[in-house]
Amino acid sequence: MEAGWWGVLIAVLGGAIRIGTPFLFVSLGECLTEKSGRINLGLEGTLVMGAMTGYAVSLHSGSPWLGVLCAGLAGMMLGALHSWLCSFQRVNDIAVGIAMMLFGTGLAFFLGKPYIQPSAPQLPSIDLGGWSDIPQLKAALQINALFLVGIAMAIALGWMLNNTAWGLKVRVVGENADAARALGLPVDRIRILSTAQGGFLAGIGGSYLSLYYPFNWSEGLSSGQGLMAVALVIFARWQPLWCLWVSLLWGGAAALGPSLQSVGITGGYYIFNAIPYIMTLAVMIITCSPRRTLVGVPHELTVTR
Amino acid sequence: MSIAVPQTMNKALEPFLIIVGSLMVSMVLFGVFVALAGADPFEVYQTMYRAAFGTTFSWQNTLIRAAPLMLTALCTALPGHLGLIIIGGEGAVVMGGLFAAIAALAIQTAPPMVVLVTMALVGMAAGGLWLTIGGALRHYRAVNETISSLLLNYIAIALLNHLVTSTFRDPESLNHPSTHHIGEANMIGAIPGTDLHWGLVFGIVACVIAWFLMHHTVFGFASQIAGGNVRAAQIAGLPVGRLILIICLVAGAAGGLAGMVEVAAIHGRANDTLNANYGYAGILVAFVARNNPLAIIPVAVLLGGIRASSGLLQRSHELPDATVLVMQGIIFLVILFSETLYGRFSRLQKQEVS
Repeated sequence: MEAGWWGVLIAVLGGAIRIGTPFLFVSLGECLTEKSGRINLGLEGTLVMGAMTGYAVSLHSGSPWLGVLCAGLAGMMLGALHSWLCSFQRVNDIAVGIAMMLFGTGLAFFLGKPYIQPSAPQLPSIDLGGWSDIPQLKAALQINALFLVGIAMAIALGWMLNNTAWGLKVRVVGENADAARALGLPVDRIRILSTAQGGFLAGIGGSYLSLYYPFNWSEGLSSGQGLMAVALVIFARWQPLWCLWVSLLWGGAAALGPSLQSVGITGGYYIFNAIPYIMTLAVMIITCSPRRTLVGVPHELTVTR
Repeated sequence: MSIAVPQTMNKALEPFLIIVGSLMVSMVLFGVFVALAGADPFEVYQTMYRAAFGTTFSWQNTLIRAAPLMLTALCTALPGHLGLIIIGGEGAVVMGGLFAAIAALAIQTAPPMVVLVTMALVGMAAGGLWLTIGGALRHYRAVNETISSLLLNYIAIALLNHLVTSTFRDPESLNHPSTHHIGEANMIGAIPGTDLHWGLVFGIVACVIAWFLMHHTVFGFASQIAGGNVRAAQIAGLPVGRLILIICLVAGAAGGLAGMVEVAAIHGRANDTLNANYGYAGILVAFVARNNPLAIIPVAVLLGGIRASSGLLQRSHELPDATVLVMQGIIFLVILFSETLYGRFSRLQKQEVS
């Protein structure tokens, strides 16, 4: 029995990485978008579109990495469309996000219909558990290269936001658009670029879903990761490196249900699967307050008004 | 005085023209899209018209789909008057249907009328309370209501799946876990002389009541003020928090009623078919109707028609069933873009007046 519980722990840790990786990419994308003062609720659609594009390109070209790249480009286009629409007066970014969510998923289902059956080449994984004799640990340490890319991205994005001229521009636009305009910064263009880059990252997160785990393309592939990313970023206080820890936490929470099922605890399967949503809601209830603004929030964000 | 007439006319005319124009632009964009997908757009539109409004049968098909859309659109439209963007209609439908079914099973042997009224009340209460969570979190904790209401949809669906696979499972529903059937005697019948069930009447009546509430009562007036400027409303002494809670309760009750109708008129039991995306399509209806409860009725019929045509599009043009989703997405984006056009024609209006 004791080994069983260790098994659960190892499975949760493995799941934290395996399920947390798409969370990482989407939350980094959302983080960058929100730093520029916009919120993109449409990343859920971007994620699904990225998953479909990645799968289709990988199938046709035989190269999963080309699939990842194209998924990013597809996400970039959706992000650019979102922020272009939002750059017109009185167009609400949250409402456009809802529309992009429906449009992105609809477009992905439409274009992805022929790809539900065939199986595309999978992204390779790196075996970090070779030293261990425990099969569960070996399985948990089968890490996809994209996870390592994600860590590098989190570090790089954090560094760039804080230490480069480009990062400063993005932050100024996100803190106070009027001040940015007074400085002569092209506010709309910076936001469009940031949202498009954010969409690129979210698209990559989607390709991870279809090309590595769960490794298929179906219409029920994404389950709100793109949406939860918005709350994750609030919890991470708009710091890319914190997005990494928070994504791992969410991945672990999502892995809890299946892990418990593996040791025979099957009751409440659906409730365990809902843990990430409940956690997200709980985090928002705890961190938000009607009396003060959030720590680290870009002040142009409509989400906190 | 003569100036006032054209101005009020323009006030109603501007949204009408912009919305109709947006729908036409959407049709052109969607036409280009299906042309790129290899279908003839003119034939596609002909097919859609035939499938949605061409025959008595297709009209019935359309109206059956329009009924829940009217109710779920209210879930977004009513809080919209307060400036809230709530998209929790799906959760309200699911909770309403689930608890209506549970209530019916508890008093199954009572007279059918009693069962139906109880189902409706319980369903409305469940949907209303569920949607109110989002409004309450907004008011008391400043939690963004769009995100919380969407998360609550996922939680509601998980709760539904949990309960129909455990406590309330009918052991005979093997492949498709469901509650027990509420009993044929307790089902809502058809409107005499048609194949339509009473859900359509519920939808229209709910929209008319909502319109009266928002446009012809003090409560509605107070809500409009709070939606325009929360600070001003608070200074004027309006109970903004109570307005938010009551509006969310009423809006969620409409969604809950939609769920109850799905159970009592169509499925006879609660299961995951309740999660049929009526909530999400309702958001679109509310936005196209610009939150006006009366405008919701024709828009819901239009969108019901688009959704009804999905099957025929698949059969006669080999377009996937997601085609209508793409069309909905395009309409949604164009309608939101059109927000920027309001007031742009004001110079034109002034010239007409003077």
